[in-house]
Amino acid sequence: MRVVNGLIDWVDARLPVVNTYKKHMSEYYAPKNFNFWYYFGVLSMVVLVNQLLTGIWLTMFFSPSQGFESVEYIMRDVQWGWLIRYMHAVGASAFFAVVYIHMFRGLLYGSYKPPRELVWIFGMLIYVALMAEGFLGYVLPWGNMSYWGAQVIISLAGAIPFDVIPFIDANDAKEIGEALTTWVRGDYLLSTATVNKFFALHVVAIPLVLVALVFLHILALHEVGSNNPDGVEIKKNKDENGIPKDGIPFHPYYTVKDLPGVIIFMMVFAVVIFYFPTGGGYLIEKPNFAPADPLKTPDHIAPVWYYGPYYAMLRATTIDWFISSKAWGLIAMGGAIAILFLLPWLDRHPVKSIRYKGLVSKITLALFVVDFLILGYLGTQPATGLAKTVAQIGTVYYFLFFIVILPFGHRFEKSKPVPERVTGGH
Amino acid sequence: MKKFFAAILFSCLPVLAVAAGGHDAEYEKAPVNLQDKVSLQNGAKLFVNYCMGCHSLEYLRYGRMGEDLGIPDELVLKYMNFTSDKIGDRMQNAMDKDDAKKWFGTAPPDLTLEARLQSPDWLYSYLIGFYEDESRPFGYNNKVFPNVGMPHVMAGMQEALDEEEFKAAMGDITNFLTYAAEPIAPTRERIGVYVLVFLAILLVPAYLLKKEYWKDVH
Repeated sequence: MRVVNGLIDWVDARLPVVNTYKKHMSEYYAPKNFNFWYYFGVLSMVVLVNQLLTGIWLTMFFSPSQGFESVEYIMRDVQWGWLIRYMHAVGASAFFAVVYIHMFRGLLYGSYKPPRELVWIFGMLIYVALMAEGFLGYVLPWGNMSYWGAQVIISLAGAIPFDVIPFIDANDAKEIGEALTTWVRGDYLLSTATVNKFFALHVVAIPLVLVALVFLHILALHEVGSNNPDGVEIKKNKDENGIPKDGIPFHPYYTVKDLPGVIIFMMVFAVVIFYFPTGGGYLIEKPNFAPADPLKTPDHIAPVWYYGPYYAMLRATTIDWFISSKAWGLIAMGGAIAILFLLPWLDRHPVKSIRYKGLVSKITLALFVVDFLILGYLGTQPATGLAKTVAQIGTVYYFLFFIVILPFGHRFEKSKPVPERVTGGH
Repeated sequence: MKKFFAAILFSCLPVLAVAAGGHDAEYEKAPVNLQDKVSLQNGAKLFVNYCMGCHSLEYLRYGRMGEDLGIPDELVLKYMNFTSDKIGDRMQNAMDKDDAKKWFGTAPPDLTLEARLQSPDWLYSYLIGFYEDESRPFGYNNKVFPNVGMPHVMAGMQEALDEEEFKAAMGDITNFLTYAAEPIAPTRERIGVYVLVFLAILLVPAYLLKKEYWKDVH
């Protein structure tokens, strides 16, 4: 024991290990009233680690120049390869599932409001990096849906309306678009060159960015402290030692509380991996069991479910006004993601938590969730008459929620008084 | 805590509902049973004799098939491997893709993953779905895949057997191809139980630990 203590002292004199441990674990005071929704932050970390580890092992056997063959090689000839591949493929969906719920938690309790704007911004950057990572990874197995999905998404770069810039005419804009898509593909067609490039970005570049952003997300959170289901600032009520009265040390209290949550999540994850690894075509799409084929377009090119809402918005626009409807779709899709970054400044409700907000806030938030789910579903389905109309209404409500309801909704409701201290305990 | 579990269960429901999928009403239900070794062996036998002249199983190896289906290596090499002499080889055939394209209009696809690309029900309905049609170059058309380029290679078999026997034979081929599409499927279903039991046991001390720490938090 003396040796161990001596070693810790030696290191601590040179590196702030003890202080860091205290600041972020044993003396990081988290509100004691976290509920169900607060498991999804740690679950995101669990899935991130799962993706990193299984990803490293997949890299040992995957070959970008033989994407399709090497995935089947992993599934059949590599010891436990099938398990690692399923963990990675299903893990991608799990990542988005927990991140969406984590973000919903933020909406529910106003966790992005001052002083936590940067926590939200870093979170949003993680989300965007994750969408890029998911897309790049989806292309790698080089199945037919990988190919056609990539075709659709990369062609978006060619739909950017450069001709809105005064000195660029429509012809120049088209040429710029084509040059841009060629640059993204690294070739005149989608090819092995594209897969090699995406592989590099998927296994090195984006994961580095992701890990750095997660670090910053947590650093920023620990600087300002966690929000809670009551939206009460626990730092306003401290005892004589300067410890928040409603706070408890993250370790051991929340580490032991997170543990059963993580185990239950793993059970759900295991049920999917071992019994529904393709998720009925929603987690691994059927056309991806055939190799990429430029001559065989799948009947219906659908993105994976987690891009559904944005894809539905991309396809919802029909008006060629000023710029093409395709460009409007691009703006709707980009805008839908971009507007989330502004959330801390768009929400001008005096109350943080939904618990003390009025009926208008509660109903509009519930509608927003339903809207997002419907858009998500429509994004995976063919855009036929009725579906398109519903997607258009959904898109309008999506933007209405952020531009009108969040800034002004509170004027039309009466909020309940927010308590001084957190309620309910655990 | 009850609320907590209810919430977790509730949050899983949509995933499970989607995942369950179930069988497609459009097609006849395929008699898939990956535990039925006799059916799988018969399916493999029929496949190498009737299908493999044109369709390869690129990602399946002879030895792996023999091991999983309980067929000794010598028998696999003697009766099932017509293209090579190594048990570890992939189940390919000698047909030239360009020739095949000229003959049938399209090269016969590799069938290793067909059961996952379509579905076992689709495969089964396709195999039993050939009917006579003089307008087609080979005299047959198909119910689930209209104007398919493939000739009805099982026509002789269909004539020699009664309807039940023919359907059973096609069921065996479907069963075999379902196996070929994911050879580890029975393994993962078996291991899944152990993983879930382990996690369920682990949950008990984890939950008690949480309860012990939190009993003084008010």
